[in-house]
Amino acid sequence: MKLKRPISVQVYAWLLLLPALVLMVAFTHYPIVGGFIASFFSTGREGRASKFIGLENYSSMIADPVFWQVLQNNLIYALGVIPISVILAIFMAVCVNGRLPGRSIVRTAYFTPTILPMIAVANIWLFFYTPQIGLLDQIRGLFNIPSHSWLGDTSTALGCMMVLAIWKDAGFFMIFFLAALQGIPPELEEAALIEGAGRWYYFRRVTLPLLMPTMLFVLVNATINSFKLVDHIFILTKGGPDNASSLLLYYIWEVAFGFWDTAYASTLTVVLLVILCLAAITQFRYMEKRVHYQ
Amino acid sequence: MINRGSDWMQKVEVLAAWLLAFLWAAPLLYAVWAAFHPMDFVSRFVLTAPLTLDNFRSAWKVAPFARYFFNTFVLVSITLAGQFILCTMAAYAFARFEFPGKEIVFLLVLVQIMIMPDVLIVQNYKTVSQLGLVDTILGIGLPYMASAFGIFLLRQAFKQVPKELVEAARVEGAGWLSVLWKVYIPLAKPTYLAYGLVSVSYHWNNFLWPVIITNSTETRPLTVGLSIFGAPESGVNFSVISAGTLLAVSPLLIAFLLFQRQFVQSFMRSGIK
Repeated sequence: MKLKRPISVQVYAWLLLLPALVLMVAFTHYPIVGGFIASFFSTGREGRASKFIGLENYSSMIADPVFWQVLQNNLIYALGVIPISVILAIFMAVCVNGRLPGRSIVRTAYFTPTILPMIAVANIWLFFYTPQIGLLDQIRGLFNIPSHSWLGDTSTALGCMMVLAIWKDAGFFMIFFLAALQGIPPELEEAALIEGAGRWYYFRRVTLPLLMPTMLFVLVNATINSFKLVDHIFILTKGGPDNASSLLLYYIWEVAFGFWDTAYASTLTVVLLVILCLAAITQFRYMEKRVHYQ
Repeated sequence: MINRGSDWMQKVEVLAAWLLAFLWAAPLLYAVWAAFHPMDFVSRFVLTAPLTLDNFRSAWKVAPFARYFFNTFVLVSITLAGQFILCTMAAYAFARFEFPGKEIVFLLVLVQIMIMPDVLIVQNYKTVSQLGLVDTILGIGLPYMASAFGIFLLRQAFKQVPKELVEAARVEGAGWLSVLWKVYIPLAKPTYLAYGLVSVSYHWNNFLWPVIITNSTETRPLTVGLSIFGAPESGVNFSVISAGTLLAVSPLLIAFLLFQRQFVQSFMRSGIK
């Protein structure tokens, strides 16, 4: 009698889990494992079945200059976008949390880019960057600086993407810092200021350390974002010129759905997943530490 | 005592905050300017420029926006409905029941928080095409329905429900499902709202997966439609593109401006783990 009930409860729990689990395995775990396996096979074409080729996809990846180019682009992109957007986000949060005149308007302005689709804002930004008639060149024209093809030049195309990404992300990250700042009792600042601490000193020695847990969360998310969000490339440059503004996921899309080389695209996906896992491990390690201290 | 130096610093800070706010608002304000004025005034900012709705008329004519709106609406609705049902059931199992393998299954769920279906486009396309769901709205939404993020948030909310309430309902003879329906779900309403807002804005704005899965007007959501419409090949001028872009973002933007507090708090809540 006593054993019977727990078992029925267990069955019940598994039945509740089942639908979600089936879909999650089908669209998350299965593609991770399936993609890994596919990376050891050749792409099946008409009249030529897919066959096991060992590490051949990996060796052609290492020999592929475009792969190295997009990986380098993605690292530059991440290393540029993440620190700048995080610093701006902290500044925004501190401003909006303080006694700023017109605070709610300022907060709305910061946050609005977050809820707009990347495709929509890329459409608008495309016009800023257009040579001659674009806004950027019009402003330069006022000072008689010659027009420049911002998105058509290998040295500026990636930078244009980064500026857009910073603009899009900073307000989103601000929200998390704002939540953390609101958790700091205001008496702390009053006490510190009465003790004669300057605002900058207070920020450096009190606010910033208290923001650290949020900082880690934001950094991990920002890293994932910079490898996951490539929508703007479709509108602004399509990866060009000469792959100068292409990122890893965009290249995966190109290889899979432009050249239909799914095996090679799977191989590239494995690299992307390794990068995302590294970000995940960093966060879990940290979370363990925090649990330890609690 | 605040000395003069920090007073000066504060003024610079306010100025910087406002300058930043201006820069952050400028692209959208600029799109509004371009959309409501003739193309001649697209980069000539004079107050006497004539206002016009022609750009909206041509945008509406050039692209089947009504159909795109309908598709996005269907997509967002079925995705959210699927997420609510699946995540509620799974979160209930994790929060309320003990069963062998629970920790391992939960870890498997957490994998998806880091590796979302967005990056698994190659294999997921194969799966969706095997299911015969390419170029369907269900095919866009299906990979996102079992959302680890949703399960995680709802599990947190369900765990906060006091045991006494559950016991009381059980004593009155309520089955597990009616306990879920009458006790857990009503108490988790704020979480549903927060998750709903985050999910709707995510799927309203999502692009990469929909552009892969769809290839006809009947299934394309707004973002995909907008990318075709804004492409240089479509030969539409910037004023019309601005008008179309504003059309596409307006429902979400207006909702955001009206319910700003809820939006901001929902995004905040979604990050506090």
